[in-house]
Amino acid sequence: MSVPNEQMVNGYRPTSNLPSPRRVGLIDVLWAVAMLVIAGIGYTQYSESLDVYSTGTLFGAALGLGLLGWIWPATRWLVGVVAIISTYAIWQYNILGADGAVGRSALAEFQESTFLFKFLLSSQAATMWMVALFFIAIPTYFISTLARSEYGLKVGSALVWAASAMGFIGFFSRWREGYLINLDYGYIPVGNLYEVFIVFAVFTALLYLYYEKRYNNRSLGGFVMLIIGVALGFLLWYQFTRDAEVIEPLVPALNSWWMKIHVPANFVGYGTFAIAAMVGIAYLIKNKMGGDGPNDRLPSLATMDDIQYKAIALGFAFFTIATILGAMWAAEAWGGYWSWDPKETWALIVWLNYAAWLHMRLTKGWSGPVMAWWSIGGLFITTFAFLGVNMFLSGLHSYGEL
Amino acid sequence: MTSQAKTARKRRRSLSSRLYTWLTSMNLAIALLSILAIASVIGTVLQQNQPVNDYLIEFGPFWFEVFNTMGLYDVYSMSWFVAILLFLLASTSACLIRNTPGFLRDIRSFRLNAQDKSLRAFAHSRQYQSDLPAATIVERTQGLFKQLGYKARVKEREGEILVAARKGGMNRIGYVLTHLGMVVILVGGLMDSKMYLKTLNTLGVVEVETRDLPVSQVPEESHLPPGALAGFRGSVNIPEGKWGDVAFIGLKDGYVVQNLPFKIDVEDFHIEHYDTGMPKSFNSQLKLTDKESGEVIEETIRVNHPLRYKGYNIFQSSFGDGGTELEFDAWQLFGKVGTKQELEGKVNQERTFDFSGEKHTLEFRDFTLFNVNPTEGPDGERENTNFGPSVTFRLRDAAGQAIEYENYFQPVDFDGTKYFLSGVTAEVGGQQQFLFIPADRNDSLETFMAFYATLKDRDEITRIAVDLVGQTSQGQQGGAAQSAAARSIADMVETFVEQGFSALAEQVDRQLAERDMPPEMADQAQESSFRVVQSVLMRAYMETLQDQGVEEFGDRDEDFFEKALDVVTVIPNYGSPIFVAPSSFNHIQSTGLEVTRAPGMFWVYLGSLMLTLGIFMLFYIHYRRLWVLIKPAGVNDDGDSAHHRVVVAGTDARKNIDFDQAFAQFSDELQRQTESNNQKNPPSHPDNPGRSE
Ligand code: HEM
Repeated sequence: MSVPNEQMVNGYRPTSNLPSPRRVGLIDVLWAVAMLVIAGIGYTQYSESLDVYSTGTLFGAALGLGLLGWIWPATRWLVGVVAIISTYAIWQYNILGADGAVGRSALAEFQESTFLFKFLLSSQAATMWMVALFFIAIPTYFISTLARSEYGLKVGSALVWAASAMGFIGFFSRWREGYLINLDYGYIPVGNLYEVFIVFAVFTALLYLYYEKRYNNRSLGGFVMLIIGVALGFLLWYQFTRDAEVIEPLVPALNSWWMKIHVPANFVGYGTFAIAAMVGIAYLIKNKMGGDGPNDRLPSLATMDDIQYKAIALGFAFFTIATILGAMWAAEAWGGYWSWDPKETWALIVWLNYAAWLHMRLTKGWSGPVMAWWSIGGLFITTFAFLGVNMFLSGLHSYGEL
Repeated sequence: MTSQAKTARKRRRSLSSRLYTWLTSMNLAIALLSILAIASVIGTVLQQNQPVNDYLIEFGPFWFEVFNTMGLYDVYSMSWFVAILLFLLASTSACLIRNTPGFLRDIRSFRLNAQDKSLRAFAHSRQYQSDLPAATIVERTQGLFKQLGYKARVKEREGEILVAARKGGMNRIGYVLTHLGMVVILVGGLMDSKMYLKTLNTLGVVEVETRDLPVSQVPEESHLPPGALAGFRGSVNIPEGKWGDVAFIGLKDGYVVQNLPFKIDVEDFHIEHYDTGMPKSFNSQLKLTDKESGEVIEETIRVNHPLRYKGYNIFQSSFGDGGTELEFDAWQLFGKVGTKQELEGKVNQERTFDFSGEKHTLEFRDFTLFNVNPTEGPDGERENTNFGPSVTFRLRDAAGQAIEYENYFQPVDFDGTKYFLSGVTAEVGGQQQFLFIPADRNDSLETFMAFYATLKDRDEITRIAVDLVGQTSQGQQGGAAQSAAARSIADMVETFVEQGFSALAEQVDRQLAERDMPPEMADQAQESSFRVVQSVLMRAYMETLQDQGVEEFGDRDEDFFEKALDVVTVIPNYGSPIFVAPSSFNHIQSTGLEVTRAPGMFWVYLGSLMLTLGIFMLFYIHYRRLWVLIKPAGVNDDGDSAHHRVVVAGTDARKNIDFDQAFAQFSDELQRQTESNNQKNPPSHPDNPGRSE
């Protein structure tokens, strides 16, 4: 077939209406640079006390935050607010601990006598704020979903952002407080059950907020906040019955760089698995109530199915990394990368379970209620790996026994 | 060849191919993953590799045997468990072999042979009409593909043009990496597992040693020469200043000895403590001497910082007592009470002694340098106080009954008063109870022991009783009556000392009951009896003090008297004929080393890397194909002439809503760019999965 040339020449000029992939804007660059600069300042300040690992972690974190700011701009606000407030808190603590550690009583005294610390900045106060905000977020989300109040849902999100910020502020304060009590004690507060529960709450919240944005739908907030609420209920019980919040020194084996990245990696996994399970519950409820309809409160079944898959996939990927890091750590600490210690073994069990889930969904094309039930079941296995092992089984992971 | 041969071959082939299809079936894969998960649970609920007796006690003889035959005490190196792993290995490999070639071919092809019908049968498919000339449509389609990052090919075939595009082929590579990584990990893991050692054992090449012997006495057949095992994990405890050149590998209910090609001298062992007394870090200063080359390596290892040499890794895993030397006073609590014997002992050693014809053994079990306990500080804040060193030992009587004691070297201060502490654990795992013996003015046991001696000395007590009676009954007649009174007093004191106050009270009541008197008088009598006993005890105490050379009597001594009497009444239940008062020690620690060799480790890490990369590729790279078929459509059903019919179809290896959106956006955009108008939509095939064609 022949085509007149001019038609080709003054042909159609495509002005695409396709969603263009996010370009790297000026702000994105500035933000990333800012992160690196701050890291640089930190490095020049403390270079002599930073080994290779720590330095790598420092700049790695800076790059990570820069990238995160590009993928998900909202996080910049979180980072900024936390950075400012925590810097203030740590600055105050530095003044207090100008010449070394001051001990428990002196620290307690300072926190009691300083208004800001008593009610906001001390790790205890900040953590309590976090807990409170999460608890308020639960009914806020549920009621707004029932009332179809977009405004209410926005308030819910705001509460979750605030709660996460307080979680981080408490985290950084606690980190500094360890050293104030006793220079030997100080460590990144991801070393015992109390601390990782806070990590769990914050990570789960942030992961949820991401999906909220990605699917542009807030109506699942109540369900996810519910599981966080349960976790925090346990946290409070643990604190009030066992004084879990008291900062104690680490056992030697935990004093490892691997732990510091092993634990967070794990909690991306735990967080996403928890989200998948809660979405699974929402799925089943909606399914019971007749599935998709014209004016739904909850996302479509297909969407919820998709969220479960995406969450479990992300979790599986990070859980894989976490388990590998765990093995490397074990290789350094106990002389073998795999000892079939209960905690290790349960990590494997969790991992195998989700591997099976993924295969089912992918190669057998399973979806719908069955997979939803399976996501929920998966959370029970995960919870046992996370808690049950420390409660009922003994092993090398001597920390965080109940 | 004959027809039978043919059929036989066919049958054989079909059998093997059936096996192959079974191995590669997803059902098997998922079954294996689940089975492995469930099997793994066993070993976590049942503590592995404990001493046999513990299991016997826990389960009783019957279940012990059952579990034992199932090998539940060492599940993870059981053949049936390893078999599951091997199956998973086989299955994963089979999947790889089956899928990889296809996948690799697939990511290179553009599927240029896709036909109109099949394209319209896709789950993601649209068609519309465009009045533009074919070349323009092709050009714009290619432009769009380019913009979307697709690789595209154009194929002209009789009368129609097909533009086929794909992207995200790395997803397939991800599949290969993931599963290959898994295979590599499993292989590496099995290389380091106990599998080989167990085989050697079943073949009788090595024997398991169950007795607790010094290395030198372990028979040759339980020794493994260096390099006999590619990979192993052994452990060894070496006291400070001593050396070792073997590692013990636990196997079944015993161990085998792995000889090392080098000698490990432990020059020094050191623990840093937190102020809570918890170990902060511990490290060993090691000297390695290579047996062939004579090469010497000096290095200090600590937790998380092992020493690596010629493929061997030496880890700091634990620490213990390496035979601390002790000196102690053995105070007699019966027989020649108050006399002491200065003796010596060693941790992990025992010493026997005769006591009133009975043989007893002292088994020194452990020495603790710091005993830091949390205490309430003056300001109510938690504080840590160090009670100083203590020694733990068991005292075993002739009958073999043992009680465990933990005695402290120095007296410990409890609100003002200092006590010598002795923790008593009557039965294993039982509650530890403490004996608080008050220390005297010069922080020693002398006074108490002397006092106790006096109380246990019948004659002394009678003497004291006698002149007590003498004093109280001035100018009364009758020595007989007096001595009788004195004797009954001495009896009461003895009862008190031997059996405690309640026993004394009973005795008194009994005596009073014999001669019946009105209650109020009885009470008075009881009262006075107690007072008499009390004053005898007091006198005994005073005399002791005088013997100790104490002149003036302060309320500090008064206080001591009270505390001492409390102890006196419980000593009968102390359970030991002697009181061990440790006096001095020479602390010798031993370091617990883990010696390993793990050639598989490299593969495990490599596999892990592949696995991680692969998983991210599988999840986050979308393997997608799009086709645009341009057919000249002469006259359509409505009778007006249209230039071309454009058929758009697409697939994603994953069924997900992202692609639904992506496809919709693509085809809308293409429709806009080709100025097309929708035509009758193709029959929708909801049952048709996106990835099959
Ligand atoms: C050792 C355990 C295994 C692990 C960790 C594993 C991991 C994975 C992962 C993460 C995926 C991607 C799932 C997704 O993208 O949603 C996958 C896909 C797949 N796996 Fe496995 N797998 C394992 C064993 C097996 C076995 C034994 C088979 C053979 C039956 C198998 C066959 C497949 C197939 C066919 C796919 C789909 C590939 C595709 O179409 O993209 N896997 N596997």
